[in-house]
Amino acid sequence: MQFGDSPDEGAFRRELRAWIGDNNPGLPTSSTSDDYWTGQAAWHQALYDAGFFGLSWPAEVGGRGLPSVYDVIVDEELAAAGAPPRPSLGYLVHGILEHGNDDIRRRFVPGLVSGRERWCQGFSEPDAGSDLASLRTRAERDGNEYVITGHKVWTSHSDVADWCLLLARTDPSVPKHKGLSAFALPMRQPGIEQRPLRMINGITKEFGEVVFDGPRVPAANMIGQPGEGWRLAMTILSHEREPGELGYVARYTKVVNDLVGLVRADPAAYGTEQVRDLGWAVVEAEMLRLHVCRRLSDRLDGISHGPEGSVDKLLMTSVEQAVGHAALAVGGAAHDDGDDTWLKVYLYSRAQSVMGGTSQIQRNLVATRILGLPT
Amino acid sequence: MDVRLSPEQRALRDSAAQVADRLGPQAVGQLDDRERAAKLDAAVAASGWRELRTPTDDGTPLASGVEVGLVAEELGRGLADTPFVGPTLAAELRRLAAAPPAPAGVVETVAFVPDLGALAAAGVGALPTSAVAIDVLGASSALVLVPSDDGFALGAATLPGGGTGSDLTRPVAALAPGTNVAPVPDQGRVISPAALTGCTALGLAVTCADLVGTMRGAVDLASGYAKERRQYGVAIGSFQAVQHLLADALVATEGARSVALHAAWAADALAPPEALAAAALAKAWCSRAARTVCETAIQVHGGIGNTWECLAHVHLRRALLSTDLFGGTGPSLARVLAHRGIHDEIDLRIGASDAVR
Repeated sequence: MQFGDSPDEGAFRRELRAWIGDNNPGLPTSSTSDDYWTGQAAWHQALYDAGFFGLSWPAEVGGRGLPSVYDVIVDEELAAAGAPPRPSLGYLVHGILEHGNDDIRRRFVPGLVSGRERWCQGFSEPDAGSDLASLRTRAERDGNEYVITGHKVWTSHSDVADWCLLLARTDPSVPKHKGLSAFALPMRQPGIEQRPLRMINGITKEFGEVVFDGPRVPAANMIGQPGEGWRLAMTILSHEREPGELGYVARYTKVVNDLVGLVRADPAAYGTEQVRDLGWAVVEAEMLRLHVCRRLSDRLDGISHGPEGSVDKLLMTSVEQAVGHAALAVGGAAHDDGDDTWLKVYLYSRAQSVMGGTSQIQRNLVATRILGLPT
Repeated sequence: MDVRLSPEQRALRDSAAQVADRLGPQAVGQLDDRERAAKLDAAVAASGWRELRTPTDDGTPLASGVEVGLVAEELGRGLADTPFVGPTLAAELRRLAAAPPAPAGVVETVAFVPDLGALAAAGVGALPTSAVAIDVLGASSALVLVPSDDGFALGAATLPGGGTGSDLTRPVAALAPGTNVAPVPDQGRVISPAALTGCTALGLAVTCADLVGTMRGAVDLASGYAKERRQYGVAIGSFQAVQHLLADALVATEGARSVALHAAWAADALAPPEALAAAALAKAWCSRAARTVCETAIQVHGGIGNTWECLAHVHLRRALLSTDLFGGTGPSLARVLAHRGIHDEIDLRIGASDAVR
């Protein structure tokens, strides 16, 4: 039982801290500005090239094969330095590693991990949100290829993606969960129209919607077997729900540290309710850091793809929204001019209880899969 | 960093769980079963768990805050009606004062100021103001701090006999002004203010662990009821409105486990100011969560949950006492902020806005 660093972890931490000191790109908090999303690829590649990204993934796909707890150190040091969080794509890596064959893993994972090839995730559709299995995007076999027709939405980074991890219906004749398959679809080809979505805090570079009108994907790019798409989606979503996978601890801690700095600089300017909200944000962000320590330690016994991710997602949501409330209380809602306002931090936090599966769905999963309540 | 429990720690947790499950009260009526309670008390006395903070040859405790927390959590989960927190803190104070352990067979506890926010302090002789001894079942004396120029010595207040209070599993006893405080013999050193800070951190951590256990017990109780109780022809646990209440309770409890584990580790692994900050942060989360989780357990039980015969209020009452020991939500939040350099004179006690979302 040890929350502190081992000698090897301490050495890694010192090396990382020195590197961040020289290489912090000084991007704005990710939730507030398109500049962050524009600069994210370069930050990802710089982190990877310096040996600080993809730490826990296998060496043969570009990772470093380190214990998963090293990611905690990365998050802590990025937060302490006010540097941007690590890119969140571990859930895609887990999905491909778990379901793809050797050829798929070798072809796709190294570029994903290094940040040289950018990916988006084509799951949700306008009529398939929480009920994801009802999705209608079709993949129809034509020789050695599939032809795609459909409409995806909430597709992060679709504007810059080289590849889309696409969930599509390959067999409309079987029950809805069984007719889905997953593909690595090349995004740079005719028949794909991409439109940005403008979020409530004004950012446009994170989410997009994509219309597929006949783009083609080689049959060899199917990830997993025909009909395995739903299980792959569940693997990805279970990991997308884990704060340890997403690296958000660093983002929350950075916001909290900035707010603490504001209040310390002029304590007389803030009243009880503002200070109380800030106190809860401190507690919540630190709770999540410690919870991630616990979860990533459990992974030393082997990775599971269980329903516990829903507990983590609900905790993460509680944290993001408590931090959002503190940003609103301390920073104020009076102005929304410029890229990097506290109001934007707050507004962005509302999405956390929806993205990756709504809080309502997570509660259903916790109740039925963990507490064993009847359906 | 590897916060998994060691095999020895898992074994300790399992044996505490077994004792709590076998001998703890399974129903409100069993709280009056003296034969059962005596067996539980004897099992805990024989286990050596109350002596985990007694010193080894080099003065360090026999076991760390983590082991203390594991036992406290399981005893809290099983609503164990036998002293643990009080004797553990008494042993820790004796260790810090380099005083010999309490005589074998004697259960010694500690006294708090009336609002339970801190250990009681008084001179030797007649107690000048009132105090409250916790965990008085079977205990014969309670330690109080005796301030000196450079720290604190220990005194022992005689208990009046009997106990009462809101927690039906851990009675407390009011110590009236004038209660005799005798010096504890053979103290080897003064307890420094820093050492006392460490003791407060340990006290907060062990109350957090008890709260985590109480929450786990409450979630188990309410989930079990939701699977059995039928309305509209189906189990009420099949309704999403009920499911979401219980899911939120479990989620708050899991967050509590993470902060409480860290606080228990920090009590020995970090310097006292950092240990105190970690413990206060854990206490803020655990106190807020525990009240809501126990309230949820009452709500899920419906009308039955509001009757004396339902165990849900026993969980809530135990949580309320653990919350007050060394300070609950508001004082803990103030400590967290103070550690971050924000010293606010404003009262941060819990208000309606602090319920778990």
